[in-house]
Amino acid sequence: MTPGQIAIRALIVGFIVTFAFITGFAYTTLLERKVLGRLQHRVGPNRAGYIPLPTRGGKERKLLGGILQPAADAVKLFFKEDITPGKVDLVIYNLAPMLAVIPAILILAVIPLAGKVPWLVPDPYQYFAVAPGVNVGVLFILAITSIGVYGVVLAGWASNSKYAVLGGIRASAQMISYELAMGLSVLIPIMLADSMDMGGIVAAQKNGWFVFLQPIAAFIFSIAVMAELQRAPFDLLEAEQELSAGFNVEYGGMRFGMFFMAEYMKMASLSAIAATLFFGGYRGPFVDQVPLLGFVYISIKIIIGLLLMIWIRASFPRLRYDQLMSFGWKVLLPVSVANFVVMAIVLVLQAEGVFQPLVSAILEFIGG
Amino acid sequence: MLSTGSDTIQELTVEELRAKVGTGMEIANEEEHLLLSMGPQHPSTHGVLRLLVELDGETVVNLAPDIGFLHTGIEKSMESKTFTKALVMTDRMDYLSPMSNNLGYILAVEKLIGIEAPPRAQAIRVILAELQRVASHLVWLGTHALDLAAMSVFLYCFREREYILDLFEMVSGQRMMVSYFRPGGVWRDLPEEFIPAVRHFLDFFPARLADYEALLTNNPIFLNRAKGVGIISRDDAVSLGLTGPSLRASGVQWDIRKTQPYSGYEQYEFDVPVRTDGDVYSRYQCRIEEFHQSLRILQQALDKLPDGPVNASDRKYVPPPRAELGRSMEAVIHHFKLWTEGFKAPEGFVYQSVESPRGEFACYLRGDGGSKPARVHFRAPSYVNLASLPKMAKNLFMADLVAIIGSIDIVLGEIDR
Repeated sequence: MTPGQIAIRALIVGFIVTFAFITGFAYTTLLERKVLGRLQHRVGPNRAGYIPLPTRGGKERKLLGGILQPAADAVKLFFKEDITPGKVDLVIYNLAPMLAVIPAILILAVIPLAGKVPWLVPDPYQYFAVAPGVNVGVLFILAITSIGVYGVVLAGWASNSKYAVLGGIRASAQMISYELAMGLSVLIPIMLADSMDMGGIVAAQKNGWFVFLQPIAAFIFSIAVMAELQRAPFDLLEAEQELSAGFNVEYGGMRFGMFFMAEYMKMASLSAIAATLFFGGYRGPFVDQVPLLGFVYISIKIIIGLLLMIWIRASFPRLRYDQLMSFGWKVLLPVSVANFVVMAIVLVLQAEGVFQPLVSAILEFIGG
Repeated sequence: MLSTGSDTIQELTVEELRAKVGTGMEIANEEEHLLLSMGPQHPSTHGVLRLLVELDGETVVNLAPDIGFLHTGIEKSMESKTFTKALVMTDRMDYLSPMSNNLGYILAVEKLIGIEAPPRAQAIRVILAELQRVASHLVWLGTHALDLAAMSVFLYCFREREYILDLFEMVSGQRMMVSYFRPGGVWRDLPEEFIPAVRHFLDFFPARLADYEALLTNNPIFLNRAKGVGIISRDDAVSLGLTGPSLRASGVQWDIRKTQPYSGYEQYEFDVPVRTDGDVYSRYQCRIEEFHQSLRILQQALDKLPDGPVNASDRKYVPPPRAELGRSMEAVIHHFKLWTEGFKAPEGFVYQSVESPRGEFACYLRGDGGSKPARVHFRAPSYVNLASLPKMAKNLFMADLVAIIGSIDIVLGEIDR
């Protein structure tokens, strides 16, 4: 393919994938509200949009109650008066929500969503993604997720509000301390797959998901992802009970909606990344015969990730600022460093061919 | 409106804030610290409490509560109502435990006029006061957990509280503003379905309580947030006049139900849970244990609920039953007098304390020979307990401050009255 063709293809695919994910974001909010409602003995939204069923036993029955709730929310947010508080730094105040949303969308570019689907995947590439074949895909993700924090910090600073500043400061500290643990746990799949290409990592999991080889790394990655996402129990920067809303307290209308959007899109895309790195990505039964199934498998894995996050949010209290930091620096970081070092040594020994003799020697020693 | 020319984050100068707040809080470092006005509109100040907080980063350096946003003049209004009609005002003070407020006020009135409720009425009062304690502690548990962002517990607790409010509706016709206890007894006898309903509650509630404890008591995040946080020593607690679970968590065995029993509390077997650490977790444990003790009292009270009248027979103070009005001229006269002028109380004053869910709730009542109280004053436990907040929260994190406010269980309606 010529560079022009590649660009046009990426543009079209990117457009479609982005819109699919934006719709997905809207329904993630509905999913969260419904599931949280069920977990808490509530009903959740059930008024906006439903399919009426014939009454049975005098009872009114509804199917898919609340299915249009995301649309109602969006309309509400768009039509709200767009208030700009008097003493904000206008440029940064307007820039911050965009800085939060754009990285959340950009991450999607390198996530493999399916295998080699005929017609959809042009020849040199082996998997379906907006930008397939980026050979530093993991690095790209790490770089882009860290940009997201600027949106939050700048929003807190530009709002010129005390609660917002406290939220912004918490955000920067939290993100920096969890980025390290996350980066170190991401190195493990890279080493195992011997590739930084997301597609390569998925392909390397053909015979077994990395979560079985390295549950520790998967666990650390999941925790770091929760912290990265500012989801409960790590939602310190918008701690409603302490900072009323934290960094977004001065935002209203769709500008607030954009922070919301960033959070939920990141939930989906980081679930996809976790699935890709540790849970076999788009792989699943019969995916080699019917590559289109890849879309189904990755969607299922994303939804399971989302449900886990919602479940955790319903169960746990929030950590305190200093406890969060000490957990990140004193527990997660040493564990992931140790895990990384041990893994590297094991891999090198295996590659050098001394691993098997060593193991049998140890076994012999113990046995003898 | 305040206006300043400065463009910095800190818009008000210290002098302006101080003038506006009027709390007289000392400010340690005016240049570098952040002065934060927390409330009166804030999710975790449990109503309209306002706190002026001096923050060094996230650390609370100084703190002053600012109250009065919910002042309703209840004590003064009561002076213009007859003793019986003033009762409805007490419901509205501590709106989470109207039964306890009713009880404190009614016992004071009975003491002043010198009548006593019959045994059945006293047992009914105990049953409802203990149900009220459970309901109030449920709100505390829910909001305390919500302050620490454990949001599910909040909704579970309100589900059980609904059940108790339904019980209240059963006996009084009202869910919250019950006004059920009256001078000389209670409004009406318990309805038939009430006792089975309470027994049902006693059956299912312990399991639910175990569920909440499973979510919190041994949760490492909760332990981190609660243990060793907001410590108040035994001496400080006593000298600040703390009462209720907050005092007992600091190691003082003090419960009005045991020390100065009223309404026949001496007949029931129950323990007063005491912890010695004086931190948020001890207060949590004390209240959780009080759930169990209240259930014990309820069980005993239901088992030996005596038969008999629920109102004293003294027609000078207690209105005659409806049925008597058609038969007796005297009853009509009493009814008319009691509901227009009310009964006259002798000159003098009384002081009566009860153990409300929040601590020692007491009523000072002075009569001047007329049918209206000359002066009513309430010792509101929340008001006194709130005074310990600056001491508990000093040099802790702002997140701890929220946890501590939740743990001392304040109700602003009672603080401002």
